[in-house]
Formats: sequence, structure tokens, C-alpha cells
Amino acid sequence: MTEAREQHRDDVPPQIATGDGRLADNIVFFARALRRAGIKIGPGAIADAIDAVALIGIGGRDAFYAALQCVFVKRHEDQPVFDEAFRLFWRSRGLVEKMIAMMSPLAPERESERQQRRAGETRVSDALLSGHEADRPPRDEPEIEVDARFTVSGRELLRRADFAQMSAAELAEAKRALSALTLPMDRVVTRRFRPSKRQIRIDPRATMRDAMRFGGELILPRFRERRVVHPPLVVLADISGSMSQYTRIFLHFLHALTEERRRVHTFLFGTRLTNVSRQLRNRDPDAAIDDCVATVKDWSGGTRIGETLHEFNRRWSRRVLGQGAIVLLITDGLERDDVADLEIEIDRLHRSCRRLIWLNPLLRFDGFEARARGVRAMLPHVDEFRAVHNLESIGELVKALSGQRSRQADPRRFLDPGRATVTGAHGRWQA
Amino acid sequence: MATQAATGLPQSIEETMALLEAHDYLAGTALATVLFLALRMKRPLFLEGEAGVGKTEIAKVLAKALDRPLIRLQCYEGLDVASAVYEWNYPAQMLEIRLSEASGKVDRKRVESDIFSERFLIRRPVLQAISSNSGRAPIFLIDELDRTDEAFEAFLLEVLSDFQVTIPELGTIRADEPPVVIITTNRTREIHDALKRRCLYHWVDYPKAAQELEIIRRKVPGCNATLSREVIAYVQRLRTIDLFKNPGVAETIDWATALTELDRLALDPETIADTLGTLLKYQDDIARIEGAEGRKLLSEVKAELLAAS
Repeated sequence: MTEAREQHRDDVPPQIATGDGRLADNIVFFARALRRAGIKIGPGAIADAIDAVALIGIGGRDAFYAALQCVFVKRHEDQPVFDEAFRLFWRSRGLVEKMIAMMSPLAPERESERQQRRAGETRVSDALLSGHEADRPPRDEPEIEVDARFTVSGRELLRRADFAQMSAAELAEAKRALSALTLPMDRVVTRRFRPSKRQIRIDPRATMRDAMRFGGELILPRFRERRVVHPPLVVLADISGSMSQYTRIFLHFLHALTEERRRVHTFLFGTRLTNVSRQLRNRDPDAAIDDCVATVKDWSGGTRIGETLHEFNRRWSRRVLGQGAIVLLITDGLERDDVADLEIEIDRLHRSCRRLIWLNPLLRFDGFEARARGVRAMLPHVDEFRAVHNLESIGELVKALSGQRSRQADPRRFLDPGRATVTGAHGRWQA
Repeated sequence: MATQAATGLPQSIEETMALLEAHDYLAGTALATVLFLALRMKRPLFLEGEAGVGKTEIAKVLAKALDRPLIRLQCYEGLDVASAVYEWNYPAQMLEIRLSEASGKVDRKRVESDIFSERFLIRRPVLQAISSNSGRAPIFLIDELDRTDEAFEAFLLEVLSDFQVTIPELGTIRADEPPVVIITTNRTREIHDALKRRCLYHWVDYPKAAQELEIIRRKVPGCNATLSREVIAYVQRLRTIDLFKNPGVAETIDWATALTELDRLALDPETIADTLGTLLKYQDDIARIEGAEGRKLLSEVKAELLAAS
């Protein structure tokens, strides 16, 4: 939304016919503040809010709050932002209190002590005071250049990342490579039907409709079959320091994947878990990746696989792993925290999804042995272990995911040294 | 206003709350307000929350309280028009064609309009809800919408905004009076914004201790005061620790019932271990609470209750 348009709207308040013009205006202002704070609100919702408040009358703060909330909040995540906005907006103006005071002799709410900044407070106060404070300089970001590629740490290091933009040629290449992607067990039969030529299952509705063309004299059978779709795909990608050189490829791969398939959920993790599914849905790859960069706070920091998996299991697994999802876990498995916790969490993840595929890009040499504690803890709990050598393009990534036969990707092969038969010329890689 | 009084809709938030309470459903101000608004604004009510917090129960209680039929559509993956909206009775249609052939009169138009007439229409929940002609709009419960897929959600958009369904052979069927629609989801999948925008949204949370105690008092009459206080304190405490699945109100009721059936008067570690299966449904969680953590929890709860009394 451009500044000019916003300005124009402020000049011309919408005409809303209700008994109390002041209240309607205030609701419009409130909605605008919420919108700036990042809650999606359409014009219809504002009209609904005015209706709702008119219907409940001014009963009490709770009812007033509930009425606005049920109209404006459509996602549970928006709740804290709404709470904070409601508290700030309707307290500072003292509107609710004034109206309640007019209607009934209720004691005004006492000012509650503030111990810490609440969730959404910064965003809301920015939204309410935009223009006054929005121009303040961004917080100083320490410019630390640490080459942490081959070191693992559980330390939280908050940094921003900067990725080279994608060229047109790369984009075309990515699209082409992606069309060759075939994940294992990537088709599920649904309960829905589609017309079919195969004469196995009669479609009574189509048969009947067809028969009517001949006045019911001639009833020719029509057939149908079960529709086949891709199950949802959930990607958990490691963006810690040891993985940083691959992150750009992954992000572009994930963006292209999100564009191609409808149900893709993407989470990035280093020391914390970030859901970037919405950001990646942006059509433009560079804009999408810029959005991701802005959202994720722990680029190229340490790794806490167990902890982030725990958060995923608790907060997200039941929301995104329904309907037989395939989980693609992209990490080198170099865990610093307690491996026992990691094992519990990966086990839980394994049992909540249809297929767990682990893609490990740190295999620079052919003779990989699972020596790292994290790797050993995770291997027994994945269905497939896919390895990439020299990951430099999306094409190679796609090849790793769809090229190998499933037997070669059996994780047990890597746990039992006797069965690992391939020995590379470059020596064995050990962790 | 007069018509609303005639249909028995509550006239205020307090009345809504009292109405639900009369049927043993305890609603907070927030829920009562949203429900009141949904009834008055004739908008679908979208209830989201963890499993077992009483979302489906709201619809059932509302149907009882307003004395209206309850039509329930249980969603599942791959739910299609044939099982959600309508289906033609094919064997009967075949038979009808055969009969008209036998009687010798073959008039194409006649046969077609005969075959696709209401006689052969099997009404599924959506059609039942919008073509109810009992004079009072039914309560239409769309349960666990998150279990179905986006395609069905998109279909619901038309139903929920215009309360009409189009059957190609028969025409458009429109509801005389829109049904009271209640949609529940467990959040196993995000529902699209377009659908939510048409609804009033409410997040159903776990009840506070006092409210949950009252629920137990009403739902498990045999449960004595000491035991129910302990049960509630324990469950409330359990919800604060990091379990994979927190117990809902339904689980609390089950647990209280189980303990009452076993004639227990107070909680002790052995009883908890024996009956934990009614409260927690994941082996990891049970293993955790059966051990030292559960004992610690119980002693904390006992100390807290002792201090309070």
C-alpha cells in the first residue's frame, strides 16, 4: 500500500451509518492500526465489527473485547498482537471506560505493572505511532565475519544473511531440474474419483446422465477411478554455519518446489525454528528469499537439532503432518547438544509422518561412515538416507532425491561398517 | 425483534450464557459473546482449539437449548459432493426407466424430468441443512474441517456465503432461513483465509480451574469435593508442563469418572499410575508422568491445596 493512498484514506473518513459516529470512527482507526501491525483485515471485517459492537451494545469491556476479537482475529497466532493493540488503543483513548462509566458505575481498570515487553508490543506501538518513530535507525548489527562452516556450536548467534540473486538461466535450470524430481512414495490414492477409460469401476452418475441423452433407451456404462495426488511435503532445512554454503541452493530449490506443488511447508532451523512457508509462497524467487532472510534470525549460527525438532514436534507436527505428509530433513546431523534428546525427538518425528527422508550434503567423500554421535542417533529413525557429494546445483539435489534406488538409501547400511562397501579414492570422511 | 423472540434466540450475552448453562455447558464471556453475535449476525461460527476442549459439544448443546435439529457433517480426507451434498438413487432410477419402457410410453423429456426429480434425490448433510422445511433453521455442525482438503473448503465458500447449492439436473436450492453453522477444527492444517473471513472466529482454550471444577461437579455428580479439587489441580498443573498432548476437558471428565468408579477418595501415586491412560494418550507422556516427575507434581498439588484450605 503506497503512502499516498494511505494519506488519501486518512483525509476522507468513510461514511458509516450507525448511531454513534465516534465509535464507528474509532473502530475504523483501530482496524487500521491492526492492519499496520500485520493482521490481515479486509474492509468487510470493519463493517462486521461495527455491526457486532452495535449488537452487543456497550455491555462491558470483556464483551466489547470479544466482539472485536471474533471479527478481527482469524488466526490464533494473531491473538497476542490483537491483545496488545486492544490494550494500548482502547486504554489510551479511555473510550471503553468512558462509555462503561456512562452506562454503569464500574470501577475503572487499574494500571497493571509492566515487567517486560509483551509479544507484539513493538509492532503495535510502531503501527500506532508510525511516522513518529518508524524512521529511527535500525539496531546496530555487529558485523562479525566468522568462518564457521566446519565448526559446530550450540551457541546462538543472530545474524542476517545475504544471498546472491538468482539469474534467469539459473531459474530456467531449476525449473527443468525440478520437473525430474520424483520423491519416494510420492503418490497417494485419494477417496475422490475422476473419469477413466479403464473398465473397472462404474460411474453411476455419469452413466445415468449419459443415458438421458438417449431417453433412457440405451444405457452405456461410464467408468471412474480413484484420483492420485502428491501428499503434503514438509521440509526441515538446517541453516547453521556448517551448512551455510548450501543454503542458497536449498532456498531456491524450496521456492521452486513450493511453486510447483500446492502443499509444501518449509521450516528453517539453526538454533531456533522458523516457519517460512508463507514467505516462500511469494511468486518472485528473489522477493521470497528476501522475505525469508528478514524472517529468520539465526543465519549461519550454531545448531540445536534436538531442541528445534522438539519445538517442531510440539508446535507444528500436528498442524502440518496430517494427510500422510513426507518429511524431508536437510541437515548434516552435527549436533552439539545432548544426543539422547535428539534421539527421542527424531523418533517422535519418524512416527508422526509417512516417510522421513534425510538428505545429508556433507558427504564430500565416497566413504562415509556414521561416526558423529548426532548422525548415529538419527540414522536408525529415518526411512531413507540420501547423500549428496559436491552439491552445487539444484539439478544435483534433485538427482540425489530421486536418482538412487531405495535400497541404497537404507540408513542401516551406514550404521553397520561391514556393509558399507564403497570406499572412495579420497579416503574416508570421518566426523 | 418480535420474530427473533418467536424463534427463541437469546436477546443478550447474559441470556446466551444462561441458556448454555441450563444445559450444563459453561461458557465464558468471550464464547457467549461470539455465540450471541453469530446467532444475531447470522454468520457461521468458526471454532478452533486443541482436541477435547468442547468444541463439538457447543453445537450439540445449542441444538438442545434452541430446540432445533442438529445436522452433522463429519469431515474426512476426500469428502466429495456425493457424500456431503447429494446423490441420486441410481438403482431406483434404473428401475424407473425400465418401468417406463415396459409401459410403452417413451417420451424423452418426461423420462428425464421423472428420473431427476426430488423423488430420487438422496439428501446428504449439506443439502439437508439448507433445504430443511421444518420452519426452524437447523444447527449445522461441520466437524473437524481440517481433516478434509482444500477442494472441499472451496466448495463450502459458496454454501456459507449464499446458503445455496446448485444441482445441475434440478436447479439451485436455496435455504429459506440460513442454518446456524458451526465449524470446528483441531488445527491439523491451516484453513484458508477466504473461508475464515466469512466466519466469526473463536479460539476455544482450556478452562480455568474454577470453571473446570464446576464442569466436573455437573458432569460427574458422584465425584466428591476433595477428589475433584485434587483432580482439577493436578490436571491444570499437568497442562503447564511440556507434554506432547495436554489433557483436554473430555479427558478430565473421563479421569474423574474413572476415579469415582474405582471409589477413590483422594489421589495417590498408585492410583494415578493405574488410571493415567484415561488422561494421557501418548506413551512418551505416560512414561514421563509415571516416573519421578509425576510424584513431584502430585506432592506439589497436595501442598498447594493444603495451603489454600
